[in-house]
Amino acid sequence: MNYNWDWGVFFKSTGVGSETYLDWYITGLGWTIAIAIAAWIIALLLGSLLGVMRTVPNRLVSGIATAYVELFRNVPLLVQLFIWYFLIPDLLPEGLQEWYKQDLDPTTSALISVVVCLGLFTAARVCEQVRTGIQALPRGQEAAARAMGFSLSQIYTNVLLPQAYRIIIPPLTSEFLNVFKNSSVASLIGLMELLAQTKQTAEFSANLFEAFTLATLIYFTLNMGLMLLMRLVEKKVSVPGLISVGGK
Amino acid sequence: MLYTPSLEYTYFSLCSLNEESANGSIKKTTVEELLMRIVRHLLGAAIAAAVISSPVMAAELTGTLKKVKDSGTITLGHRDSSIPFSYFADASGKPVGYSHDIQVAIVEHLKKELGAPDLKVRYNLVTSQTRIPLVQNGTVDVECGSTTNNVERQQQVDFSVGIFEVGTRLLAKKNSAYKDFPDLKGKNVVTTAGTTSERLLKSMNADKQMGMNVISAKDHGESFNMLESGRAVAFMMDDALLAGEMAKAKKPTDWEVTGTPQSYEIYGCMVRKGDAPFKKAVDDAIVALYKSGEINKIYDKWFTQPIPPKGLNLQFPMSEELKELIANPTDKAADEKKS
Repeated sequence: MNYNWDWGVFFKSTGVGSETYLDWYITGLGWTIAIAIAAWIIALLLGSLLGVMRTVPNRLVSGIATAYVELFRNVPLLVQLFIWYFLIPDLLPEGLQEWYKQDLDPTTSALISVVVCLGLFTAARVCEQVRTGIQALPRGQEAAARAMGFSLSQIYTNVLLPQAYRIIIPPLTSEFLNVFKNSSVASLIGLMELLAQTKQTAEFSANLFEAFTLATLIYFTLNMGLMLLMRLVEKKVSVPGLISVGGK
Repeated sequence: MLYTPSLEYTYFSLCSLNEESANGSIKKTTVEELLMRIVRHLLGAAIAAAVISSPVMAAELTGTLKKVKDSGTITLGHRDSSIPFSYFADASGKPVGYSHDIQVAIVEHLKKELGAPDLKVRYNLVTSQTRIPLVQNGTVDVECGSTTNNVERQQQVDFSVGIFEVGTRLLAKKNSAYKDFPDLKGKNVVTTAGTTSERLLKSMNADKQMGMNVISAKDHGESFNMLESGRAVAFMMDDALLAGEMAKAKKPTDWEVTGTPQSYEIYGCMVRKGDAPFKKAVDDAIVALYKSGEINKIYDKWFTQPIPPKGLNLQFPMSEELKELIANPTDKAADEKKS
């Protein structure tokens, strides 16, 4: 293939202000991290709540949580994003709609859409992890806590959840990494995160392969780092004698 | 059978060339050196073919021309929503449009030049991200759509003589206060990601401190959605594409193309870099359209008459810039031409 390689392209000026292409990547990485962390906070809180709801002995409550999971897990992420970005704002009342579309900074409105979308989508997946974590515990744990006179909320906060979270750290890590990777959908609604900056660099410089190689390396390094961090957390919180053992 | 040895020879010599060129770019091998090497390799292949097989007419063909002749197939790269240049109007999987008509003329020209009347055409959809690599790696032989000829892209591919010239302008509501670029201070303005307009708009914002919020949508259709849904007050893009988007609107008469052109862009067809005989064939085909006046018919068909699928008329008369380009065809980028 007759390709003109130029690895120095990242240090060249983009022609926009005094920025180099590398500056674009750094800005993009910042947005990627911001989207992912914000969405992860929503996902973890809502996902835990839903996970607990799915295991409580109440048909209605667990039914609501199940319906949520099925809805958000079975619709493609991209479709959900377009619904949050294009459809939902049109359902707002007239005045609020004007404000959201016109006065609010477009980056902010795109950020809100993608964080809510990614947070709710990932919550469905976190919910399933939390549920399996709780269900993986021996039934005797709950029975014993009941026999000790614990209330339902005490059973969850003092007995079930502390153990369940330790068990599900590995699958949760994988969801955590997924949030970072899935944040790339934001590039399709004009939020200039890492992938959008990569595409822009590829288009402006016509050095497509260099642009995407750098993006690959950044995503890989970022996720590798997060994985190691989570492994550290797993070791740190492990309790000797419990099922979760953190690799050893 | 006769061609097999020569084909293999060409294939392997090109493979080894790849490695050389990959290393070569680090050592800053000049393009000329690389071209010379390609020519030498291909000559070697041609000689080998001539020695091994009986001397037949294909012996002097090289590069894409040889590939097209030998395989009996040419692959055309096209777009799906560059109205009215290259887009889908029905479910046949074949594109239509101004650029596509030019592509068809190129194929007809090649049929004559190669003496291959039953040359088969294969269509390959490209996006703004895939079009350059697909031309480079040999998947697509010639891409005609709405690709601006610029200096950065010339490092990767060769452009045919220009097939169209546009100005980058604005699309806005007809009776709004947004008539030109200075009116956009502090407003939301949309453009399509990866286009020259995006670069111009961002530069203008930085240089003149206009405080615009620049939204980069993923394609022209989505940019127009942002405009129509009120997320942006104006849409900056190539004027001909703006006319195409306007024609798709719920009420086309609500909108107008306005503003001083910020740049002129020449569209060209992309071919593989350094394949001079093929580029010449493509150029000849396009220039023939210009000389015969056929181009005027093609222009009218797409810009001043109803076009599929909805039968809308873009009412976009030919600009002085395009008339000038047709009178004096060039394969230079618009800003190279001026300087």
